Amino acid sequence: MPRAWVFGDDLDTDQIVPGRYAPFMVGQDKFHMYAFCDARPGFAKDVRPGDILIGGENFGCGSSREYAVAALKTLGIGAIVATSFARIFFRNCINLGIPVLESSEAVERVKDGDEVRLDAANGILHLPTGVIALRPLATFAKQILDAGGVVAYLRAHGDFPSVG
Amino acid sequence: MSKTLAEKILSRTSGRDVRAGDLAIVPVSRVMVHDSVIDAVMAGLRDLGKERVWDKAKVCVFVDHAAPAPTPVVADSHRVLREWVRAQKIPTFYDAGEGVCHQIMVEEGYCEPGTVIVGSDSHSNSYGAVGAFGAGMGATDVAVALALGRTWLRVPDSIKVSFTGTLRKGITMKDAIMRVVREIGTDGARYACVEFHGVGDLPQGDRITLAGMTTEMGAKAGIVVGTPEAPDWLWPDPGAAYMREVTIDLNTLEPQIAVPPRVDQVIDVSAAIGQPVDIVFLGSCTNGRLVDMQQAASVLRGRRIDPRVRLEVVPASRRQFELAMQDGTMQILSAAGAVIGSSGCGPCLGRTGGVLAGEEVCLSTANRNYRGRMGSPNANIYLGSPFVAAVAALTGVIDDPRAYLESSDRDFDALVERRRAERGDRGAASSRSGDRLEALQMAAAPARMRPQAELDD
Repeated sequence: MPRAWVFGDDLDTDQIVPGRYAPFMVGQDKFHMYAFCDARPGFAKDVRPGDILIGGENFGCGSSREYAVAALKTLGIGAIVATSFARIFFRNCINLGIPVLESSEAVERVKDGDEVRLDAANGILHLPTGVIALRPLATFAKQILDAGGVVAYLRAHGDFPSVG
Repeated sequence: MSKTLAEKILSRTSGRDVRAGDLAIVPVSRVMVHDSVIDAVMAGLRDLGKERVWDKAKVCVFVDHAAPAPTPVVADSHRVLREWVRAQKIPTFYDAGEGVCHQIMVEEGYCEPGTVIVGSDSHSNSYGAVGAFGAGMGATDVAVALALGRTWLRVPDSIKVSFTGTLRKGITMKDAIMRVVREIGTDGARYACVEFHGVGDLPQGDRITLAGMTTEMGAKAGIVVGTPEAPDWLWPDPGAAYMREVTIDLNTLEPQIAVPPRVDQVIDVSAAIGQPVDIVFLGSCTNGRLVDMQQAASVLRGRRIDPRVRLEVVPASRRQFELAMQDGTMQILSAAGAVIGSSGCGPCLGRTGGVLAGEEVCLSTANRNYRGRMGSPNANIYLGSPFVAAVAALTGVIDDPRAYLESSDRDFDALVERRRAERGDRGAASSRSGDRLEALQMAAAPARMRPQAELDD
């Protein structure tokens, strides 16, 4: 069963992977092991594929560094549920195929280490104590996510989803 | 229907009549790529099955984020980047030492007003200094833009920021934008475009300071209205709809200080007077231009910095560096004891050129004071203007620069001596009785009090 890792507001990309551990500082094969090394020591070792990150406002703010998301992807993070997301981080997650879903309830109700399960099709997060309805993603973003990311989408379709 | 600048630009470029909230697919006039993302960008292009960028004449490549290379791993990455630039036959390439991507993009005229530019760096909002819609994106988005020459955007809501009055002596547009961040907060402009009114005729450098720091409010873009570079059509319509309007009176503006570790934790300098510092950084795309170095030199001329403080000066570009050499500014800074770094990002992002040790306190003219941003996660970074930076280097403490700029030489020197004596000869910042971080955080808190803001505790 995936577990939840709960963070607060304004989690910046320097907390996710500090600049000094950028892939081009430490190598492409190692940088993910520095995920949350200052903010949550031991995270990269203890996290399990499928685990879900929970956050407050403005999750992923700061730099455009996609390797913050790439590190989470490599570690197998199954989804991120936060009150709100910083814009570049949100795009990076959609592009790399990590579901990013908004809920203002999650950060209040989910406890660190809770066993949680995401029902992406129905937009529901199952908690030990009940369920939380998540805000549905825009169709455009959902189409990219369903393809596994923007590269996979473009390879399959040759262009962006229609904007109507 | 009246349109904001963002709605005008995205309607024109997408060829559809779009409003805030609509999705738009738009051509990009340039794509900016820098050294620290090149591996991921190349991987993205490869995965997309694209051997060539869509238009090599419209790609601008920079080596600035960790330059010159501080380690063999970085040097290898730079070599890969140079080989890629050669293989792609990209003519617009600025190697290590030429300067920060954003400064060069604007000052060398790569930013066409009224167009959309995608940059691989979050501060690509800077291009709004000349009326371009510059948006920072991650490596895969950049790879897609390089492959297709297009990107997708949700047309942002806009926030109208108006400036009235004129700056007094010792106050800068850095103080003005920090005052705006104090008002709007680090996420108050999330997904939005910040439109600046009343400052179109400022020098280009001041406009870069404004537009670039909209990133620190979460903005997708920051655009200055009515710049000399902008074409006639590039004005927001009267009656355009804004999600929020903020007016800042420059006449009454005080020097501003951002207290670590939040950019929106901003106070008037008067509340921070006496906070000791170990290191001062003057530079970055926010404050690394001739005017910034001149402001620092106006304080440091003929004087030496406090022996307990290091001063690092990193020009934003070779052009700014050479201008500062030609007019003697660089000589003044060097004679004052500054370390002059090669033009580029310098220690702003903690990768090269004077990073911070644990528990050191830095006064930086750059744009971010996150924990761990400039080196050790235990260092603390205050943000301020070049005037504040120069005074901190001179005295070893944060102080109001106006007290120095307005006094006679004798009073000036007496004040420096007093501040140096008050600072005393203390060790590491955390054990200093003089360190006032907690009190300053409390002072900044009321404006943006959030129960869960203390994510580090």
